[in-house]
Amino acid sequence: MADDTKPETAAPKIIPQTGEATKAAVTTESPVDGKIASAPATGANPAATPHATTTPAARPAPAPAPAAAATPAAARPAAAPRPPAAPIPDLAGKTTTVASIGGAAAVKAAPAATAAKAATRDPDDTSPLLTRRAWMGLAWGAFSAASAAALAATGRFMFPNVLNEPPQQFKAGFPNEYGIGVDERWKEKFGVWLVRTADDIEQHAGGFYALLTVCTHLGCTPNYLSAENKFKCPCHGSGYRLTGINFEGPTPRPLERARVALADDGQILVDKSRKFQYELGQWKDPDAFLKA
Amino acid sequence: MADTKTVTPKEGAGTRFWNWLTETQVWTSVFRHDRPDTDRGRVLVMLSNVFLHLHPVRIRKSGVKLRYTWCMGGLSFFLFLSLTLTGLLLMFYYRPTLEYAYTDIVGLREHVPLGIMREMHRWGAHAMVITVWLHMFRVFMTGSYKPPREFNWSVGVIMLVLTLLLSFTGYLLPWDQLAIWAITVGSGMARATPFLGHEGPGASLLRLGDVPLIHAYDDARFALLGGSFVGEGALLRFYVLHCVGLPLVIAVLMAVHFWRVRKDGGISGPL
Repeated sequence: MADDTKPETAAPKIIPQTGEATKAAVTTESPVDGKIASAPATGANPAATPHATTTPAARPAPAPAPAAAATPAAARPAAAPRPPAAPIPDLAGKTTTVASIGGAAAVKAAPAATAAKAATRDPDDTSPLLTRRAWMGLAWGAFSAASAAALAATGRFMFPNVLNEPPQQFKAGFPNEYGIGVDERWKEKFGVWLVRTADDIEQHAGGFYALLTVCTHLGCTPNYLSAENKFKCPCHGSGYRLTGINFEGPTPRPLERARVALADDGQILVDKSRKFQYELGQWKDPDAFLKA
Repeated sequence: MADTKTVTPKEGAGTRFWNWLTETQVWTSVFRHDRPDTDRGRVLVMLSNVFLHLHPVRIRKSGVKLRYTWCMGGLSFFLFLSLTLTGLLLMFYYRPTLEYAYTDIVGLREHVPLGIMREMHRWGAHAMVITVWLHMFRVFMTGSYKPPREFNWSVGVIMLVLTLLLSFTGYLLPWDQLAIWAITVGSGMARATPFLGHEGPGASLLRLGDVPLIHAYDDARFALLGGSFVGEGALLRFYVLHCVGLPLVIAVLMAVHFWRVRKDGGISGPL
């Protein structure tokens, strides 16, 4: 890029190429001269035309001829013998790809070209900072990055920061409020059965455990059937003992237990964000059971 | 002059009205072709109409044989149109909130004239799933998925999925026990999405140290439900997807599908 800033000085050298090409066409075939003059070949090139007319005025330094602005060919001092460059101006400036192809072709066609860099660069690509190709890369890169960021932000839009759902932790009152057996008062709101047992199968002690009311088959909510001493899912008939162990129906594994602990104020704290699975041996975890 | 195809004008009032009508600026600005009594005229009819141009100008004889096509594609499209119409009408009464959803559905039957409208929507949805499957079956059995039609087959597969998703999202809207638990079970499948579902393969690999990047509150199922269970967020999201999102996508794909049939040489012929 450091080199690319130099073409500020190199650019004026390129400029004559445009005029030079017309001149080449003009000088070789004089009958065409009038045609070119009226509707010049460079005139058919939308990019080249303003360049040819404006550049001498916009750049006072390299324009030695004051009246030469009318004819770009005259602005070029000499160096006529470069005919292979003739096809370039017609291609140049129409599209960047074509221009670069033309530029590349020019290098092959005229190996005697002064500098390869000057030849590959479009004649009217005179920006002092970056080449046109670099500008386009920069622009497309910035555009793509901005689009990707906008897309990511749009995706994030689907995940709200606040949820109108019951909290994962709740205080369930004091232990002496519960008798032995299943308590259903937290099922509706928090999806938990708080069970008090005299002797747990894993902990071998009396106390509390919290069963999640989510069937481990497909996620329905089972019913507690007190008469039959079991949990029974209405969707597909899975059945669980009061411990949470499955014994009938299609479910593959027991219900899950949530963390139970004693809060600072002596209430039972149920924390659904930590779950314990029997088949992984997690019911032995002290956090899965509250001795009382 | 008398032998030309143009009808010789009779001095009836109807003829004079017709001649006047077909020369008005409104008429000629809409219909920019002559009577389609030549091949060129018939081509122009197809090409100058945004709806007709999706169709081939000519079809081969087998293309209209019920025995060959079963008309299942056409029936699917017809059902889509009728579902769009009845669905639009239902939207005038249905409110996708926990408070109103169920009672609005009941009200659609009890409080609104032509209470069968909701049933037509529901039956049409069932029928469309059936016809789309049968269309796919017919296309498969006639080998119509083979080149150059493999692209259109792929478009059709996507539309099959969209049809099933439309059916799935619509299933939740009555907000009764059947709907809630069916969607609870169905959306549970999204937990198992590779990498993007918190119980799916590879999801446990996406973590920063001890912090899992994919968990129950940011995975694919959460994005679908707008919550960790089937609640008000899920109802609203399914409603929007059902009424706007999915129909838009499937409508665009249908245009591609029909146009592609034409570009691939019309309805395939018997082998």
